[in-house]
Amino acid sequence: MGQVFSFTNIFGKLWGINKDIRILILGLDGAGKTTILYRLQMGEVVTTKPTIGFNVETLKYKNLTLNIWDLGGQTSIRPYWRCYYSNTAAVIFVVDSTDKDRIAIASKELHMMLKEEELLDSALLVFANKQDQPGAMTAAEVSQALNLTDLKDRSWSIVASSAIKGEGLTEGLDWLMDVIKDEQL
Amino acid sequence: MSTSSYKKSDVGNRGAHGLPDKMVVFQECLQQFNASPVNAKKCRLLLGELLRLIYHGENFPAAESTTLFFSISKLFQHKDVSLRQMVYLAIKELSSTSNDILMVTSSIMKDIQAGDIIYKPNAIRTLGKVLDPSTVSASERLFKNAIVEKNPILSSAALISSYNLLPIAKDVVKRFTNETLETLTSYKQFPANQFQLHEYYGSATTNLPSTSYMYQYHALGLLYHLRNHDKMALMKLITSLSEGSQLKNSLSIIQLLRYINKILVDDENLIKILYPILSSYLKHKSDMVELEACKVLINLGHLIKDDEFMQIITCLQKLLSVPRTSTRFAAIRLINKISIKHPEKIMVVNLELENLINDSNRSIQTLAITTLLKTMGVGTVESESGGESVDRLITKMTSLMDEITEDFKIVIIEAIENLALKFPSKHKKLVSFLTDLLRDDGTLTLKSSIVDALFDLIKFLSDESGAKQLILMNLCEFIEDCEFTELSVRILHLLGDEGPKTSNPSYYIRHIYNRLVLENSIIRSSAIISLSKFAVICGGSLSENIEILLKRCLNDVDDEVRDRAVLALSFISNKKKELIVKEERYNLNVLESKLTHYLNGGDFSKKFEIEEVPLLTTEELKSMEYGRKMRKLDNGSEEEKEETTIDSKDQSNDNKSGSNGNIDQTLRLQAFSAELSAIPEFSTFGNLTTSSQSIYLTDKENEFVVSCVKHFFISSSKLVLQYNILNTVDHMILQDISIVTQPDNELYQEDLIIQLDELKPQQQGTVYVVYSIPALTDEGEGILSAFGNTLNYIHKEIIDEEGNIDPSDEGWADDYQIEDLVITPGDFIQPIYNSNFASIFEQLPIEESSMYNLKDFGKTLPAVVEKLTKPLNMMALDGSDYVPDDSASHTLKLLGKDVWGGKVALLVRIAMTNGKLIAKVQAKGETEKFVDVVLDGFV
Repeated sequence: MGQVFSFTNIFGKLWGINKDIRILILGLDGAGKTTILYRLQMGEVVTTKPTIGFNVETLKYKNLTLNIWDLGGQTSIRPYWRCYYSNTAAVIFVVDSTDKDRIAIASKELHMMLKEEELLDSALLVFANKQDQPGAMTAAEVSQALNLTDLKDRSWSIVASSAIKGEGLTEGLDWLMDVIKDEQL
Repeated sequence: MSTSSYKKSDVGNRGAHGLPDKMVVFQECLQQFNASPVNAKKCRLLLGELLRLIYHGENFPAAESTTLFFSISKLFQHKDVSLRQMVYLAIKELSSTSNDILMVTSSIMKDIQAGDIIYKPNAIRTLGKVLDPSTVSASERLFKNAIVEKNPILSSAALISSYNLLPIAKDVVKRFTNETLETLTSYKQFPANQFQLHEYYGSATTNLPSTSYMYQYHALGLLYHLRNHDKMALMKLITSLSEGSQLKNSLSIIQLLRYINKILVDDENLIKILYPILSSYLKHKSDMVELEACKVLINLGHLIKDDEFMQIITCLQKLLSVPRTSTRFAAIRLINKISIKHPEKIMVVNLELENLINDSNRSIQTLAITTLLKTMGVGTVESESGGESVDRLITKMTSLMDEITEDFKIVIIEAIENLALKFPSKHKKLVSFLTDLLRDDGTLTLKSSIVDALFDLIKFLSDESGAKQLILMNLCEFIEDCEFTELSVRILHLLGDEGPKTSNPSYYIRHIYNRLVLENSIIRSSAIISLSKFAVICGGSLSENIEILLKRCLNDVDDEVRDRAVLALSFISNKKKELIVKEERYNLNVLESKLTHYLNGGDFSKKFEIEEVPLLTTEELKSMEYGRKMRKLDNGSEEEKEETTIDSKDQSNDNKSGSNGNIDQTLRLQAFSAELSAIPEFSTFGNLTTSSQSIYLTDKENEFVVSCVKHFFISSSKLVLQYNILNTVDHMILQDISIVTQPDNELYQEDLIIQLDELKPQQQGTVYVVYSIPALTDEGEGILSAFGNTLNYIHKEIIDEEGNIDPSDEGWADDYQIEDLVITPGDFIQPIYNSNFASIFEQLPIEESSMYNLKDFGKTLPAVVEKLTKPLNMMALDGSDYVPDDSASHTLKLLGKDVWGGKVALLVRIAMTNGKLIAKVQAKGETEKFVDVVLDGFV
């Protein structure tokens, strides 16, 4: 048995299965972070309350163990995001595509966060969420509003999504896994 | 083959108590908790170390604590249940020192909703610590669900957390009332696998309890806090819970009994409704409950009938013989408490008590003996045959004294002293017991306590009894062979004070002179002072002989002895008696406070005015000491009661001044004097003569709480009434507040009133009303009066949060009736002590007497005596304030000093015939007309 164990261990190391991958979900309050987290974990839509603090869940995705941290987006909680930056492989930034008033604030928070040294090597996935809602901005519009094209020294992608309908989430995550495997394992 | 091995571990860097180093643990925590992936076992052990540090009192400053907290919060990613439990414990401990702990709120809430049953209770308790007023309402539903949860452990956790949330969110917790009530009366069973989780219980799960009902205790505690302002609701709760043994948990019943006690202390009229409940718990399967019921009933002893009291005794009697030591101890402690006030009631348990003298537990032995000493004392007063039991007890104690430790001996010595003081007629036996003990071997502490006891007896036993002579002679004998210098010095001092007044001073002189020849220089010096006192007081040939003795000391080898001899000789030959024997002493407490004040004032250009410190005569000093001693005796049992009544600062001050007596009285007078002299209107009134205790003129729960202090300025014949008014209505401001006073004695003339401009909610203010006191020689009603009082004010509503009022609101005038204030003879009297009442009474020049029918004064003699003595403010002498419950007549001897400086004495003979109480009062005094006043105001 011991033989087999060490064998899988080596394999695991080769494929990076044994390493936990830390992913943060950030974004303004009410963007749908918690809903996305549980949609990914349980595959269903849960009713949520504003997160005071954070939620953390572990999920297996394509042989990888993901440690996903969903941090609360309220103004009072945003300062504490940085306490959870270290060892982060990727950041998922969720934007409420219908909230045109606050897209500028979202952009500011995003760029401030990306300047942090601890996040220099992490990949960025942006979900332009709530596409099921009428009047939602398209992914391109959101990308422009967030000035994503300015980002030159990291891999990033933006995906239009609807957490309620479950659209876009797997596409985004697939892209993220590929990037992480390429760059960090 | 023997091998020795050594395993290297991190024991090396451990400090005292085997505690790990704080910084090492801190660093290790940060490293391990932030690692990926998390090693659950390592982290759990680390958290254990961290908690150990914290439990040992190590503190992490806010910054470090916050860092720790954030790293611990990362452990939420791991699902290990044991780790999660440790995480909760750690967060709970860090919650007080670290900021930002609300970051874990969501995670905890999720655990409570969907987590594992093992850590759910921990999660609930931690949530209670993490929440703040802004987040508490988000968890309302969670708490409600947890309270009504079937699992008793969860329910308890939620109840306790709610209790802890009371200070920050009372309104939210109030909404849990129904859930709490439901839990209180429901049945919750441990889950079937509760005990299997722990190997401690092994496989023997069959005889384990299915529930502990502990949640009832927690629910009751919470409910009380939600309802304690509403007496009706509380009563309903109590009566409903006591029906049909709803409460199964002993602790919760005890708690219920305590709440009943609290209610009864506030409102004694409820005893009729509540007594059946209390007495029903005198028979219960748990002895804790029985004891608590006894305790409550004893506290309320004055409200219940004699046969009901006997039920308590019977219950305690049964508990005295149970095998459990702690129960026996608690029972005998309660019996001891009864014995302080009602020794006659526990004579029925004497037999049990005598057996307990040989109990294996020392504390029980002590209490048994001290209690017996009290009950025996009663026996001797009531009947002659009681004397035998004292003899028997003393014999028993003498044999016991050899076997017991000193601490225990000291307790017994105190008890014997108290017994001798309360029952002077029995002093001979007790004194001889003490002096026998003095002759045995013993350390300084033991001997000091015996000497202390003997000193007190000399001071307070009356002269005729011959006790003084007996004790002094024994003390003389003792110093012949005393190895402790300090004791010899004290005794020599006492001999100097008391010896000259005895019939055979030369006896003492011989003993004192022996000291001069045989002892060390310290004792020789005090012997000289002592001798010089004999010389100046006795005079005559004795004085000449002493001079000869003192002259021989002029050749002493020691400087101090020589100096004192020279000084004493010169005082004696120049007839400077006052320099050797002083009748008056400065009041040390006042002197101290004045000196402190002077030193803190920093203005040393002015001389310290020693004249302002009042002088006390020896007599006054004695009365203070006696008063204090007696109070200590009586109050021993009442400390607990006081604790519970301290609700407001104001009230606790009252209590203190009530119990610490005369010394505080003078200090209080100083404080009042300073306060009043600061008011310009009173500047011409002269020195404050006396101030009364603060008297409440309203209930303490009323809208306005008014209390009054009476200040008397005798030199200028002014009476200042100081009304302290507290506004307890939250939404009201009072303006232009005055008190309308209506004396029923027309000789009292109102001089002026100092009004109060405004009282905001919860503010206290003072209104002063000044009256001229009529002269004592005036005919008619004299100087006694009752004042009808009405509070007048203008009432305005508060309209906003900051407590402002509408400027256009003119308010409306209103008045509020408060109770009458009475000027009693006691206001003009201060108690003094004297050990020889008969001779003083004989000497007083003015005499009046009168008969009274005391029909409204209560049914039993003790109650009547207490009611009579209280308003007179005089000292009861010769133990005459103590009345055996069943005697039919009593003589009360009271002594005091009036504010004009004369003595007043009362001899009151009370007799009960055919259910009627008749009192014959003989009043004697030194101040013209005042004796009439005392008789006038007697009932």
